[in-house]
Amino acid sequence: MGLLLLLAALDGLATAAQVFMVAVGLTLVFGVLKILNVAHGSLFAIGAYLASTLVGLLGVPWLSLLALVAAALAVGVVLGPLIERGLLARIYDKEHVLQLLVTFALFMILEDVQKLVWGVQPLFEDAPVRFLGRIEVGGIFYTSYQLLLLPGVALASLLALVWFLRRTLLGRTIVAVTHDREVAEAIGIDSRRVYLLTFTIGAALAAMGGALAAPTTSLVPGIGVQMIVLSFAVIATAGLGRIEGAAVTALLIGLGRSFAVYFAPELEVVIPYLLMVAVLLVRPAGLFGSTEVRRV
Amino acid sequence: MTRLTRRTAFAGATAVLAAPWIVPRRALGQQKPARIRIGISTFLSGPASVFGVPGRNAAELLIEQLNAKGGIAGVPVEALVIDEAPGVNFLLGECRRLVQNENVDVMLASISSGSCLAVAPLAEELKMPNIMWDCGTQRIFEEGNWRWSVRTQANAVPEIVAPLLYLLSIRPDVQTVAVVNQDYAWGRDSWAIWKTAMEAIKPGIRVVAELFPKFGATDFSTEITRLQALRPDVVFSTSWGGELDTFVRQAAERRLFERSLFVLPLAESSLERVGKTLPEGVIVGARGDHWFLHPTARDTDRLKSFVAEYRKRFGLYPIYPTFHMAQALFALEAAYTKAIAANGGAWPSREQLMNTLRGLEFDHLTGRMKIREDGQGLEPMLIGLSKHVPDYPFPVLDRMVLFPPELTMNPIGTKGLEWVKGLSMETVAKAPAPIPYKA
Repeated sequence: MGLLLLLAALDGLATAAQVFMVAVGLTLVFGVLKILNVAHGSLFAIGAYLASTLVGLLGVPWLSLLALVAAALAVGVVLGPLIERGLLARIYDKEHVLQLLVTFALFMILEDVQKLVWGVQPLFEDAPVRFLGRIEVGGIFYTSYQLLLLPGVALASLLALVWFLRRTLLGRTIVAVTHDREVAEAIGIDSRRVYLLTFTIGAALAAMGGALAAPTTSLVPGIGVQMIVLSFAVIATAGLGRIEGAAVTALLIGLGRSFAVYFAPELEVVIPYLLMVAVLLVRPAGLFGSTEVRRV
Repeated sequence: MTRLTRRTAFAGATAVLAAPWIVPRRALGQQKPARIRIGISTFLSGPASVFGVPGRNAAELLIEQLNAKGGIAGVPVEALVIDEAPGVNFLLGECRRLVQNENVDVMLASISSGSCLAVAPLAEELKMPNIMWDCGTQRIFEEGNWRWSVRTQANAVPEIVAPLLYLLSIRPDVQTVAVVNQDYAWGRDSWAIWKTAMEAIKPGIRVVAELFPKFGATDFSTEITRLQALRPDVVFSTSWGGELDTFVRQAAERRLFERSLFVLPLAESSLERVGKTLPEGVIVGARGDHWFLHPTARDTDRLKSFVAEYRKRFGLYPIYPTFHMAQALFALEAAYTKAIAANGGAWPSREQLMNTLRGLEFDHLTGRMKIREDGQGLEPMLIGLSKHVPDYPFPVLDRMVLFPPELTMNPIGTKGLEWVKGLSMETVAKAPAPIPYKA
């Protein structure tokens, strides 16, 4: 039984890491820009497809890990500013429903762009997973990628984000704009620049989530939908805009799903949503949510 | 003699002009049309487009080839393709539009079983000939009597019974089984067929895990860990598309194939994508009597030229939806040809076309098949073991068995899930001899 619990926990950690990487970008963008970006799922998918393409093109195993980072950065730096300046900047003062519709429209467009560029046949490029090899735990084989790299990157991302937002001038500027945009502008902070930077980071995080997922799964049309739905569940449970909350919730969902597979397989599919409903019934603002204005 | 007055002349002219709208088209004499319009519903988006697009591609290629030789009885064929991904309501609206506004002569619908179950009643209402070209649920002709629909392929019962018979013929000592199926109708229904048939043929086989990851799952790590811990003799999965590819890759990376024998009834469609990650010795199904290296048809000009042309145009080997689309189009061509001959050379009505489709025997790319009187198609089931050969960068099928429909398909008037309870080891013993892969 002890071994089973350990195995379930290890699986849960890997799942939680993947979920967190996508949800954290979404919650960061919402926390600062106050826009629930449905197209976040597309950025995840494009990051995954681009990473897969780059890994395939490079063909050198040790370079494949760098290719994942390069793909995420490319998507963040190119698509992030393009979307923020070209689209979102025009709707910051509009109704939430309109913002949701606009990002949903963008999501639909980007879904078709994916199909145009990468087609509909599943893509699979697992060079990074093969490069890192396997680990045996209690007679069970895991991939090092799944057991070490994914949780490691997720933890590093969490710590880096928290440090950036709390300990650096730029990060504190973002927090200031989140806290009160008008006051921040009054003391000379360029909120447009902060929005641009935040969205670019959020887009890069979404793409990083996709890039990290790419070597472990087949990329098919619709992969972005799956992830955006789960990410919404995570950030709603955590409380919109809560980064540490997203980490804790991703962990709860990852472990919950994993333990369900072992002990109640029928519940596996609904675990994230059961958790969300249970939390929202008790704490309508989410696990870490509150009525205060500050979101980061 | 009646005098022609202005009033009677006006009434007569009105009647003549109004006739096409008042009298149903079918009741008027059937003239050879300028073209045959076929409405095709398939998945052009979403995860199932891995099947839908190859099906559409096959239609494009075959219709082009058909028209190059003059069409059907000299009438060119035209296809109007619609996407069934947005859901059943959208599909039904599109089918209505195609029939009522675009005047399609026949529908080829669909891939999803849910779509087929919804389109069949609509075909009755519109009196629209409908060929179900790829959907698998056995319920369609078991639970309904559809005058205007036929299916030009087998269904879920033989698709699941055949790999089970194959498994028990090569591994009669199986003790434990686990299932990893997608959590939707096909995943659940196919497992119900397998489990019921398995309990009938060899009672006592223990099911150690029933895992149904959500439809569209991108990670099977937890399921794989559990299967490694349980070490079942057999892992059964009817997953398909990207999910099957992911499951196979992740299982291979974690050496699960070394611990359990895998039975993958839909894996023929993934072979080229997963490559030699799929090890040797996995039981692979083809959802019918077709494969680009079909054991009895691989050297025929018809198959060879089709495979070559398909590869040239689309860059991939044809997979089962490609062949299913071919079966539907060949059936349509054969039905028109036969109905025209029976009609003394005159163009057949829709009723005549449907009457001809029932009981029709026709040749397709890899063999010959029949449509039963209830509308259900009968075709053998090709099952084999994966084998690595130098000729291809992906596994091929070896020790192939073509299970005849008599062994695997329930007769008219019976329910598949009940019928499989009558299977036994005697059924297993009747399996035809395996055919080895020929280099």
